[in-house]
Amino acid sequence: MRQPLIRTFGLLTAVVIAVLTTATASSAAAAAPAKQQDAVNIVGILLDNRTTPKTPVAGVKITVLDDEGNVVGEDLSGKDGRFKIPIGDAIKVLGNTYTVRLDDSTLPEDSYLTDPDAIERSFQIKTDQDYAVNFDIGPDIFAEDPWYEQALDLAVSGILLGLLLALASLGLSMVFGTTGLTNFAHGELVTFGAVVAYFFDSDLGVPVILAGIIAVILSGAFGWAQDAGLWRPLRRRGTGLIAMMIVSIGLGLFLRNVYQYLFGADSHNYTQYATVAPWTIGPIDLTPKDFIAGVLCIVILVAVSLVVTKTRLGKATRAVSDSPSLAASSGINVNQVITIVWVVGAALAGAGGFLFGLTQSFDYQVGFKILLLIFAAVILGGLGTIWGVMVGSLIVGLAVEESTLIIPAELKYTGALVLLILVLLVRPQGILGRRERIG
Amino acid sequence: MSWIDVFSQSFEQMIGPSAVFYCLAAIGLNVHFGYTGLLNFGQSAFMMVAAYALGSMVATWDLSFWIGILVGFGGVAVLALILGLPTLRLRADYLAIVTIAAAEAIRQILGSVSLVEYFNGQDGLFGFQQTFIDLNPFGDSVGFTLGGLTINWSAYDFFVMVVGWTLIAISCLIVFLLMRSPWGRVVKGVREDEEAVRSLGKNVYALKMQSLTIGGMFGGLAGFMTALAHNPAPSDFATDTTFFAWTILLLGGAARVFGPVAGAIIFWFFISWLDLFFDKATAENLIPDAIMDANQASLMRLIVLGLVLMLLMIFRPQGIFGDRKELAIDAR
Repeated sequence: MRQPLIRTFGLLTAVVIAVLTTATASSAAAAAPAKQQDAVNIVGILLDNRTTPKTPVAGVKITVLDDEGNVVGEDLSGKDGRFKIPIGDAIKVLGNTYTVRLDDSTLPEDSYLTDPDAIERSFQIKTDQDYAVNFDIGPDIFAEDPWYEQALDLAVSGILLGLLLALASLGLSMVFGTTGLTNFAHGELVTFGAVVAYFFDSDLGVPVILAGIIAVILSGAFGWAQDAGLWRPLRRRGTGLIAMMIVSIGLGLFLRNVYQYLFGADSHNYTQYATVAPWTIGPIDLTPKDFIAGVLCIVILVAVSLVVTKTRLGKATRAVSDSPSLAASSGINVNQVITIVWVVGAALAGAGGFLFGLTQSFDYQVGFKILLLIFAAVILGGLGTIWGVMVGSLIVGLAVEESTLIIPAELKYTGALVLLILVLLVRPQGILGRRERIG
Repeated sequence: MSWIDVFSQSFEQMIGPSAVFYCLAAIGLNVHFGYTGLLNFGQSAFMMVAAYALGSMVATWDLSFWIGILVGFGGVAVLALILGLPTLRLRADYLAIVTIAAAEAIRQILGSVSLVEYFNGQDGLFGFQQTFIDLNPFGDSVGFTLGGLTINWSAYDFFVMVVGWTLIAISCLIVFLLMRSPWGRVVKGVREDEEAVRSLGKNVYALKMQSLTIGGMFGGLAGFMTALAHNPAPSDFATDTTFFAWTILLLGGAARVFGPVAGAIIFWFFISWLDLFFDKATAENLIPDAIMDANQASLMRLIVLGLVLMLLMIFRPQGIFGDRKELAIDAR
């Protein structure tokens, strides 16, 4: 039989997936519950992901050893790529340490482990469920470019992230500027854009671009509804800002879980443009959709800047930010301005969420995850300012991406926190903020 | 599980181990928010630092359990300094932003693959509780029957509860004594009017820092109890944890010594009942699968929690037992 998996070149990854056997013994009898003593298995499946769909890798030998080096069991991955090695009853193996070893001489030709030291893995059995182990096989794709080329490549992703952050942060900063509220549910406005676009795209079959436009419009409507239904009544009855902040926390928690209720905990991608070949410009890889997302961000940001500086509405907004009572006494309808700020801010956040979802996969808490970055950007630039937010967002975006040169990528968002604390120590009003605001 | 069990298990949870550590966390928040007016949205960070200090000292570095406790308190103090130094001079929302961000960042760091050899990644730490387990005098599960409801805790849970409620009693006494001391009166002054206190020559910055540290210590106690009750993993210290504690505080009544205690008992009965009710209702198909499946049922309590937090703050910010005059929650 032909084995398509022995095609050379590319990345071979043996993915070991847990087949969790959760024994839900829900006996109706009120008698003593009988505990199920299942055998614990080391399980997994080996797949070659160079092909689509992924093809299973057969005939790779996996051995399990106990802590004294005795062989407990071994198995060859089957035709479906799966292996399963029983190691004994749960009651006996709980708390023991085992080592899983992959015999690299049985790997198909021309494939090797990414990390040669990783052919064995030790772990302790802590639950009565089957245990899964991962092995990465294939050439190391990350250690090839010199650092300056990586830095350049990261700068491009950093600028894109910064532009998306600017879009997402503007609303937060504008609402803060006009009402004084630090809205901890702002991340959920970002998520709203992403999940609504996803709903129209994948459930109703609307083209992605159109779904994005609908999402932005609905985000604006959502912002209006939030202001009209919640924040305006609260302002009217004179609720304090701290109380409103706690309300926003509750609202965020509520919305986040409603999103998960409706869209599940999985990661999503839009149906179109999920995989596109990148353009290669020198050392920089840039996908067309990232480029378009970046250009759209710039267009929207420039438009917002023009509105804020040139139009009557923009002047009114800045006046309200400076002093609501002075603005009101000079004939500006403060409540109307605040409503517009909410609609525009929510629409911008929704647009940010949609474009973020276009550039990478997202789940129900995408907005909450970048809320930390949004806060860092807004504080760095100066809470309540508009130019500051754009500058702050770009700096945070670049810092987050470039920091992966030094720290592991999984911790890149925490770098933004360090930046945040340093800025607060040195210049708490932010780069473009004014000193009297924060006293 | 029968419908009777929905109630008996809710009663078990009402004063069970979870109620214990959330109550301690809320006592800490009471010092922060109720008495000093500090918005700490990262109480889970204090819990996490304490829990992981204890766990890693014993499990990773093979040191004694009691050194772990000391390091935990030390870690809490350092964390309070790091969070407080840049923010306590500024308006209230800066502390809120930095604490919520720090809690998430610390959680990501402790759960990261890079530090898996010290903190064991997403699986969390385990096997360090032996010193505490050896102290357990209870051999059998403890329980009683009351009007058809069978209430029953395992021996270890009961031990955790006895220690926990003792700690809560001591903590309440400490808070009570602190708040009627001169220090407590000045701190309440900071909450009401910072400028007035400053004009009397008090160092408001230092007072806030002391309050942040003391409240953090109670959060640390909550972290220790979490670590002892079950193996601590990053998922136990998500932002939801902090806001459970906030809801408990606001439900019972901030700026009341027994507010967090009453809040924790009411909250845990309510939240357990919700969880068990929706679990049961979906399992029995009282609610069709098309509307709610088992996964969605587990979200209901968080959805309700968010609503309760909002509605409490809007309609009854003083909570059940609080005094509205005592608590003028407002930013200046």
